[in-house]
Amino acid sequence: MTTIDETLRVPVTLTVNGVAHTRTVEPRRLLSDFLRHDLRLTGTHVGCEHGVCGACTVLVDGDPMRSCLMFAVSAQGHEITTTEGLGTQEDMGPVQQAFVECHGLQCGFCTPGFITTITAFIEENPDPTEAEAREAISGNLCRCTGYQNICKAVLRAAEIRRQGATEGGDVP
Amino acid sequence: MTTRQFGAPVKRKEDPRLVTGNGRYVDDLGHDAWEAAFVRSPHAHARIVDIDVDGAVDVDGVIAVFTHEDLDGPAGDRLPLLIPHPSIEAGRTGYALAKDEVNHVGEAIVMVVARDRYIAEDAAQRIVVTYEFLTPVVGIATSRDGSDLVHDDAPGNVAAHLLQEVGNVEPAMAAAPHTLTLDLEIERSACMPMEGKGVHAHWDSDEQRMRIHSSTQTSTGVRAAVAAKLELPLAQVECIAPDVGGGFGVKIMHPWPEEVLVPWAARRLDHDVKWTEDRREHFTSSAHERGQLQKVTVGFDDDGRLLALDVKFWHDNGAYLPYGVIVPIITATQLLGPYKPQNYRVEFWSMYTNTVLVTPYRGAGRPQGCYAMERTMDAIAAELGIDRAEVRSRNFIQPEEMPYDQGLLFQDGRPLKYDSGDFPASLAKLKALVGWDDFAAYKKEAEAQGRKVGLGIGCYVEGTGVGPYEGGHVHVETSGRVNVATGLTTQGQGHQTILAQIVADELGVSIDDVHVTTGDTRRMPYAVGTFASRGAVMSGNAVALAARAVRAKALRIAADALEVSEDDLQIEDGTISVKGAPNASIALSTVAVMSNPLRYAFDESAKAATQFAGAFDPDKPPVADDDEPGLEGKDFYSPTQATFANGMHAAIVETDPVTAEIRILRYCVIHDCGTVVNPMIVEGQVHGGVAQGIGGALYERMVYDESGQLLNASFMDFLMPYASEVPHIETDHLETPSPLNPLGIKGAGEAGTIPVTAVIASAIEDAEGFPIRSMPISPTELWDLRRQHAHAGASPTSQTSTTEESA
Ligand code: FES
Ligand code: FES
Repeated sequence: MTTIDETLRVPVTLTVNGVAHTRTVEPRRLLSDFLRHDLRLTGTHVGCEHGVCGACTVLVDGDPMRSCLMFAVSAQGHEITTTEGLGTQEDMGPVQQAFVECHGLQCGFCTPGFITTITAFIEENPDPTEAEAREAISGNLCRCTGYQNICKAVLRAAEIRRQGATEGGDVP
Repeated sequence: MTTRQFGAPVKRKEDPRLVTGNGRYVDDLGHDAWEAAFVRSPHAHARIVDIDVDGAVDVDGVIAVFTHEDLDGPAGDRLPLLIPHPSIEAGRTGYALAKDEVNHVGEAIVMVVARDRYIAEDAAQRIVVTYEFLTPVVGIATSRDGSDLVHDDAPGNVAAHLLQEVGNVEPAMAAAPHTLTLDLEIERSACMPMEGKGVHAHWDSDEQRMRIHSSTQTSTGVRAAVAAKLELPLAQVECIAPDVGGGFGVKIMHPWPEEVLVPWAARRLDHDVKWTEDRREHFTSSAHERGQLQKVTVGFDDDGRLLALDVKFWHDNGAYLPYGVIVPIITATQLLGPYKPQNYRVEFWSMYTNTVLVTPYRGAGRPQGCYAMERTMDAIAAELGIDRAEVRSRNFIQPEEMPYDQGLLFQDGRPLKYDSGDFPASLAKLKALVGWDDFAAYKKEAEAQGRKVGLGIGCYVEGTGVGPYEGGHVHVETSGRVNVATGLTTQGQGHQTILAQIVADELGVSIDDVHVTTGDTRRMPYAVGTFASRGAVMSGNAVALAARAVRAKALRIAADALEVSEDDLQIEDGTISVKGAPNASIALSTVAVMSNPLRYAFDESAKAATQFAGAFDPDKPPVADDDEPGLEGKDFYSPTQATFANGMHAAIVETDPVTAEIRILRYCVIHDCGTVVNPMIVEGQVHGGVAQGIGGALYERMVYDESGQLLNASFMDFLMPYASEVPHIETDHLETPSPLNPLGIKGAGEAGTIPVTAVIASAIEDAEGFPIRSMPISPTELWDLRRQHAHAGASPTSQTSTTEESA
């Protein structure tokens, strides 16, 4: 019979929202659990743990990735951004602000995954059409909103971002 | 003048917190808690012969392993049957951990508590359970056949049987010039909130207190259940529903086994324990809904007017019946929708199967009822060659007939009496929105291009805001901050916003000063819960009443201080002033200080209050006999009956002539939920409801094989709609205020979901030209139906009709 090898823990250093964190973890520790329970950044949510719902989406070097499909150790050396890193209650980022304005969330459980996904999308596509907006969010599940207001929020976020850019404001 | 908040699309107060990662869902709590994992039955029906836990206890980091034998006192007894009903013939419930027998795949057998979830799952895998197999009963037809039993002492697998009749169906049916019989089927789906269930328990051994956080729709219910199961005084137990990631019904069921086990283990181990359901667990151990077989016989005249309606249905309640027969009772009563059946008989059997139990899912039996009625309406229209909207309108209850008593008993045991509604007006709006009268031309044009399109319609009435009560507590602090508490819980409906809107208006304060707490038994120990679209109706009116009490007290104190009559006072923006003399004023915060004879000058309001401190009467006590210190008020809203919202939907679908792919081109909604507190939030409720309805109509089903294995227990295989599957939803609304409550509100939470299956079936039938009798429908099934109808020369298979000379 095998026993769990207690010594099988490795140090990891991750940069999350611009801050480096070092912890010792089991190699199998999911990035989602690492963020949520080791760093206590609970804004990243877990809806399925099998890579389908997108609630756990974070940005890895700016690209949306499912943190439930990644080990914490695999994220070493990469820049991770979670919804906490995209704004604060007093100073929300463009996507966060757009979600509030457009009623793009109800229970809010899926929301952080949409916010990270959309942040990356409007970076690539600053002026999307409605069809492109819908397509962009078609890999994330939301059980509350029926997506209509999330689509609206994508367009609004892009608009806020563009305005910020022309005003020379800080756009993440 | 303070802007009125009621009726305005006020942005949600909860959102800045939620979008920035500052929500607090149950798994966000208790990072140092020990975690539980469960060994769950891989078999649908079996006797437990042996449980060998030896392999698990050796795993480093495992704290404890529990089986049913370990559960002491009431925790080891059967879980409660929450809502007894005379129709229940054999009400069976399970145990928190299975005892001797398992009745569905996913039933919890062993609880492992370990330092973290990874270790708990490792250990759970090492536990060996030996089973003796019993024959699984899967599907309603097998259950109804009754040759194998789920529970030995539930003959025929019948959990409950109920017959209700209004009028006299038999002679009316016999005399009807036309009759039709429809055999209908609707399959299982489930709520599937993005956040599964979760429980965190903190036992304070010094104070002998239990604090539970649960992802529940009823914290008062969980609190009472845990107190009873753990034999603790109610006063020593508190339960809080923190942010909850969606509910849709599954979290109103309580106590779930884990809601008993996690607190039980926390006390036993004297350490925080938590459990967070994973998605597979949610599929196989949380509730499903919808599955029914229905047989409808209808008698009608040459104009399509109903003369008699006779409905029999068989409802799949799964392995146990903890939530009683609420779902089939709702189907039986709400089936009638906006129509007058003249004579109505409905009989149902609630059946056991070796599958996950069935409790309300958004709509709660109404989607099935609406489906039965609306399929029938379409069948009548087809039989007589009358426009489908016209047949419906001929059977509508008219506005002048309100209140209209259907003569049945509703889910709350009270008369099914519609309070208000204007169905002809709703239909007119719907026809205008979807372009009903122009559709025939559009269809013809499409057909000329080789396309198949269809228009569908569905109407419903929804009893919302059922009692017995909800409470509101409003407290004005000396800082001017207004704390509002209500006991029902919130899962995304925006209660913190709409209740703040109501209180801000009632009290005359800024909405920014109003802070709402829901679902915390420490703040409001008497509450029922969030279900039956009752949040806004019940708690909205309760906090309004409580705010009115606070307002009255504030005016009384201010009138005294300002030496004017209360009638001359107004409250605006948190300041009480004399109408027409704005300089004679006093801040509400100051009144809060004055309401309490103990006035330590901790803050500016207290200092300000000293100028109003007049001479006191030494013969009177500082707090009058009929008064209380503090500026606060509490009240309960308890209605005599439910209030009935209604709506009508229409959809245009296109079916691919080759692949049978089904695409929704347009989806239109008219809804009437009485007075609207926040149109943005109501609209959001409708969108979300329709999306769930579309899932249920076209994509979602629980695929059980005959051995009772759920084959699609993951988001890979259970097809929940993404943005690519949900169409743009067009809405318009009516506001027919409810005469039953002070604010005129009707519930809106479930409205969007109810008619969708009926509407989509209607549209596909219109596109294809043959009857649709089983939902949901996939392209493969539609393709098969096309073949069958091509072979059978388009004669409908599951419909019989008779047309006789008028008697
Ligand atoms: S939790 Fe990662 S995709 Fe669902
Ligand atoms: S807002 Fe609840 S799941 Fe999207």
